Amino acid sequence: MSTAFINARLIDPASNLDAPGAVLVENGQIMDFGAHLFAQGVPSGIETVDCGGHILAPGLIDMRVFTGEPGEEHRESLASASEAAAAGGVTTFVVMPNTQPIIDDAALVDFISRRARDTARVNVQIMAALTKGLDGHEMTEIGLLSEAGAVAFTDGTKAVMDAQLLRRALTYSKLFNALIVQHTEDPSLAAAGVMNEGDLSTRLGLPGIPTEAETIIVERDLRLVELTGGRYHASQISCVETLDVIRQAKREGLPVTCGVSADHLSLNETDIGEYRTFLKLSPPLRTEPDRCAMIDGLADGTIDVVVSGHDPQAPDTKRRPFEQAAHGAVGLETLLPVILERVHNEELPLTQALAAVTCRPADILGLPAGRLAAGAPADIVLIDINKPWVVDAAALKSKSKNTAHEDRRFQGRAVKTIVGGKIVFEE
Amino acid sequence: MTIQAERPELSFSQTHLLGTEGLSIQDINALLDLSDTYVDQNRRVDKKSAVLRGRTQINLFFEASTRTQSSFELAGKRLGADVMNMSVSTSAIKKGETLIDTAVTLNAMRPDLLVVRHPDSGAVALLAQKVDCGVVNAGDGSHEHPTQALLDALTIRRRLGKIEGLRIAICGDILHSRVARSNIHLLTTLGASVRVIAPPTLMPGGIEKLGAKAFTSMREGLEGCDVVMMLRLQLERMTGSFIPSTREYFHLYGLDYEKLAHAKPDALVMHPGPMNRGVEIDSLVADDVDRSLIREQVEMGVAVRMAVLDALSRHLPNS
Repeated sequence: MSTAFINARLIDPASNLDAPGAVLVENGQIMDFGAHLFAQGVPSGIETVDCGGHILAPGLIDMRVFTGEPGEEHRESLASASEAAAAGGVTTFVVMPNTQPIIDDAALVDFISRRARDTARVNVQIMAALTKGLDGHEMTEIGLLSEAGAVAFTDGTKAVMDAQLLRRALTYSKLFNALIVQHTEDPSLAAAGVMNEGDLSTRLGLPGIPTEAETIIVERDLRLVELTGGRYHASQISCVETLDVIRQAKREGLPVTCGVSADHLSLNETDIGEYRTFLKLSPPLRTEPDRCAMIDGLADGTIDVVVSGHDPQAPDTKRRPFEQAAHGAVGLETLLPVILERVHNEELPLTQALAAVTCRPADILGLPAGRLAAGAPADIVLIDINKPWVVDAAALKSKSKNTAHEDRRFQGRAVKTIVGGKIVFEE
Repeated sequence: MTIQAERPELSFSQTHLLGTEGLSIQDINALLDLSDTYVDQNRRVDKKSAVLRGRTQINLFFEASTRTQSSFELAGKRLGADVMNMSVSTSAIKKGETLIDTAVTLNAMRPDLLVVRHPDSGAVALLAQKVDCGVVNAGDGSHEHPTQALLDALTIRRRLGKIEGLRIAICGDILHSRVARSNIHLLTTLGASVRVIAPPTLMPGGIEKLGAKAFTSMREGLEGCDVVMMLRLQLERMTGSFIPSTREYFHLYGLDYEKLAHAKPDALVMHPGPMNRGVEIDSLVADDVDRSLIREQVEMGVAVRMAVLDALSRHLPNS
């Protein structure tokens, strides 16, 4: 079973390729690609897809996605999240362990893998809990969980506060070259806070979260990384101070990486306006200088990946007073558009922008996807970079409609998504 | 309609009163002028008029209140409205659900005016989106308490003749205070120079961006002030330690004659109530008839709320 994708603009961020050409897919893998391919026409017997000159790039890899499966399927199932992913050009997403039950046991990793295999249209990878029950006290079975297929270890929405435990986890994880992922927010400093601390929180009468709540955790953790040599990833950073700390750590050669959410690249605290709970996120949206710093951080390589932070919430947890409302916004379908917005705004070159959602997360997680290479999985996306469209919350594929970008105008989106050689989404 | 003919002319642009932020000088003065007429009405033997006859007013309080609720109740009744009080006890988890559900339920009963107090900032605005009647914010979390600011302004204007050019200090728990925020917006709009004085742990960040000058010393902050507004220390909103003790707080920030002496010699003292005597204010100062406006504030409260209810009712359908 072979398919030829011809007449495409090939972009491979890993090799910095940006050239016209074609891709040959066979048995779910990329067999060959480049300008030379099918220069004399496609031989008969090969199914042909004309890309119309649009961008053909590796499918996106999203390192931070919440679903409600198992336990809260009314918010999102693996199947519905995968529909949203496919529509957004995301061919692999990584689910967080914050489900009911919590993914802190090898049997549950196996369960998610099987459910994803049977119901999801895209690849699903799993981050397992770093501590049992996410309670921050006892390390999970990192070895058994790794063998079961977990790609990293995190407490998801909670920071691991016990420094001794984190030290041991970073040390022990080296046995498996496992990745420790931290939600970088000090809960005692964030306390009852629900948005960025500053004059806007004062005006709205809402308790604020200082940026220090984030920076303090990262600074402490980096000391432990230095002590142990374990692989550490800050899941989502949000402020300029944290960026500086990570930049310095990378200069010193520490094994550290970090991510930022698409929402933090495109929105700031003022978008909360009059208490819009869909913009209540964790970490909170920060100031405009912070947002600009996140883009600079991507440009200079301090920030490695961009994630959607996709967090579906039902109306009953969002249609509440701001302080009572749940955190989170859906984002699988707006991840690529936000990335493309950076390109249209001339903030980032296209290949570099796409690297943050393709080869870089693949490298951090040790996945073979995320690149155009012979033998790589045929997880690819066809992108019309100029297609104008407006976000219609009701039309989102996700079961929950809590997007932070409602009615937003975007330029560019996925028009075909291919997973393992099969077209799973077509506009 | 004779009822309509009795009402003084009024131009007020808002359909709800959710806050003082963004209110125009014209709207504020319209309310204060109308309030003056209601002060007169309230001092008559027959205090009742028919401005809101046939209207239904619901006072929906998600947070305990004696003064504000009774003030709104009296205001509505003196204007001839049918007033119903609803106190909704809130369990922490169900609050939000109760809010939207209650709003939809109440709206179906066709009230004309809804007076709402809620412990969460922004909750009253959220509720206002779900109903068809006029909504008055009677205090939402640490956000706004517009009728308190209006009654404070009316009290000052009646005593000193104007607001513009005055130096007014707001002292105490600024962090948790909706009264402070509403007063900063309103008084600066009217041209007063507003100062806020608080211990550093109870001073919210960026408060100066709202237009007030911040001080942490009572003596420095009160310098040259015409009016000193004290705030209640909101111990119920404090989780964790903001101040070491109420004793130390009184020593540093409690208003006594010694501290008051740093303000102008005839400076006036205000307090939105209820007072913690001996915590934020000394009883001698609070009860000083020459300096304290605290009782006038309560009287003005009813008149201001009548003016607000009247003003909002003019946007309601009339036939």
